[in-house]
Amino acid sequence: MNGSNARLKLGLSYAILIVLTIVSLYPALWIVLSSLKEGNSLYSETLIPRSFTFEHYRELFRSTKYPIWFMNTLKIATLSTVLGTFLLLLTSYAVSRFRFAGRRFSLNALLVLQMFPGFMAMIAVYVVLNTVGLLNSHLALVLVYSSGAIVTNVFVAKGFFDTVPGSLEEAARIDGASHLTVFFRIMVPLAKPMLTYASLMIFNGCFVDFIFADLVLRSEDQRTLAVGLYKMVNQRNSTEFTLFASGAVLVALPVMTLFLVLQRNLVDGLTAGASKG
Amino acid sequence: MRKPTAGALLSALFMGLGQLYHGQWMKGILFLAVGIGFLGGAAALDLPDYLRGLWTLGDQPSGLVKVGKLTQMVEGDHSIFLLIKGLMALLAVLLAAALYAACIRDAYKTGLQREEGRKVRSFGQTLRAINQRNFAYVVLLLPAVFILFLTVLPLVFSILLAFTNYADPNLPPANLVDWVGFANFVKLVSLKVWSDTFFGVLLWTVVWAAIATVTTYVGGILVAVLIHQPRIRFKAFWRTVMIVPFAIPSLISLLVMRNMFNNKFGPINDMLRMIGIEGVPWLTNPMWAKATLMIVNMWIGIPITMILAFGILTTIPRDLYEAAEVDGAGSYQKFRRITLPMMLFATAPVLIMQFAGNINNFNVIYLMTDGGPVNTHYQYAGHTDLLVTWLYKLALDQAQYSFASVIGIVIFLMIASLSIWSYRRTRSYKEEDMIV
Repeated sequence: MNGSNARLKLGLSYAILIVLTIVSLYPALWIVLSSLKEGNSLYSETLIPRSFTFEHYRELFRSTKYPIWFMNTLKIATLSTVLGTFLLLLTSYAVSRFRFAGRRFSLNALLVLQMFPGFMAMIAVYVVLNTVGLLNSHLALVLVYSSGAIVTNVFVAKGFFDTVPGSLEEAARIDGASHLTVFFRIMVPLAKPMLTYASLMIFNGCFVDFIFADLVLRSEDQRTLAVGLYKMVNQRNSTEFTLFASGAVLVALPVMTLFLVLQRNLVDGLTAGASKG
Repeated sequence: MRKPTAGALLSALFMGLGQLYHGQWMKGILFLAVGIGFLGGAAALDLPDYLRGLWTLGDQPSGLVKVGKLTQMVEGDHSIFLLIKGLMALLAVLLAAALYAACIRDAYKTGLQREEGRKVRSFGQTLRAINQRNFAYVVLLLPAVFILFLTVLPLVFSILLAFTNYADPNLPPANLVDWVGFANFVKLVSLKVWSDTFFGVLLWTVVWAAIATVTTYVGGILVAVLIHQPRIRFKAFWRTVMIVPFAIPSLISLLVMRNMFNNKFGPINDMLRMIGIEGVPWLTNPMWAKATLMIVNMWIGIPITMILAFGILTTIPRDLYEAAEVDGAGSYQKFRRITLPMMLFATAPVLIMQFAGNINNFNVIYLMTDGGPVNTHYQYAGHTDLLVTWLYKLALDQAQYSFASVIGIVIFLMIASLSIWSYRRTRSYKEEDMIV
């Protein structure tokens, strides 16, 4: 192959990569810098502000209910992740490992449930929660998120269990282990990568949901971060942009850290979910 | 009478009697207790009234009624509560019926055992048998309750709404809601105010889903191929950088982007102004808004395809490329003839699921444009509204609940036909029976 041609191609590839890097990092960079600049307007003469200030972060904690929202979100997301992952584990294990009457029906039902737009049932969930008096409570969100977590992740999880050879359990069963022992001592440890992936997805989903949480949580003290931030943008977007910027940075940070730390599991999970359906 | 028939008949007469007849005291008493509990509960809660309410949706709206000489506010039937309570009652009845059937079947089977002269199972043995043979049911009990009440019930309720006239201005408690059959579906396609919006939004939804899927798919593969070239160094670095958009919650990145594309003050137009291009209407002109949405969607969607593509690229044998090079193929031909076909083969189901996902891509549209700019020919929708954002507006802003449900059913039908077609081809659905 022609040497100079190859070098040109390589140079071009690097150039494209650098452009892509700028494009993919620019929004994050811009919002971080915006959160540090003085004043409160969206407009900025330079990308890098002339002087830096942490005032907006201080204000976030002083004049909004940010700390309360943060604790609310953490509580809801953690509880939903634990409960949702547990229920997901039970469901996917059962439909993957056992052949019982009604199994095919359950699988088909789960498949059908996934296909309805989530918002469609929102009004109904609202009425149900209203009937049982759970409106404006965090418990309601935890219950609904956990139930949704089963439906959205069950096929990925089932696909994972399908790949675990049945001989493992048979050996344990012959040695006299009960179903429960097999489940907790063999299957759960094996499923760790899948569980990490699923729980990260569930956690992220709860962390950023601003639609359903807004519908259910009626008072400002009960709000979650996503709802609070969304309201902030909608109500005082143009006037207090830098405040929003600092809020956005603080919401994105924990999730981003989790994602980047767990990158390995994430990639495995995505790939597994894709090839196994 | 034969023992199985007698047992079954007794259990049919009342839950648990058959078991008692077979001498299974503990089990019989349990069934009996459940039966009495259900009947008692049903009587105490006026279960038949609820079921009737599901049928009629109420006879008397709230309103002013003349009582003698006085006009009083009388609380009437609230159709929506009647509907949801009726559904709960129906669910309870169905569960009870299933248990009832299981009880009769059990009494019959135990009868058969007795006839064959085998010993009847003790209660302890029954429990152990459940743990052995029906472990799946035990495990599934809790998730099933969750899904039934928090997913299935609301969904059935919403589907039923499509067949009622529950839409502003016909709202309870002042009005009663009624069953109207397929009238809403007919209105949506034949009544001009609705049909114009419906077909317009439907067309844009399909166009959007197709373009959004193809751009992110091809884009993701191209980025992966670019980084995967043998001569590129610092692969892990480039890869991590490209994953960043995926790690930022889309709620945040979209809200940030909305400001970036702001006509007057956003940094993008600011930069363009510096090179002499004045005020591109990124989000305020219908055509530009659609293009902006595609670009933003690529920013968000490309990393996912890229991650998938990396996994597959490593599995494509190197000698394929070497053979192609010997035959004189260039980079484009190698991509077009080897990489893309291999990729398509491995990720066809994903492609279809991404298409389905883009039909429901609520966040990008809602957070960037909220369906805008306004389209005056549309009923409660803007130029960039997808079916799913239109559904949201219809239900939450306009109180057009029945129409929102119809749209939901339409979306379901689109996704369902796509998914059934693709899911049947995936491995975890076609179960290779590995055990049992």
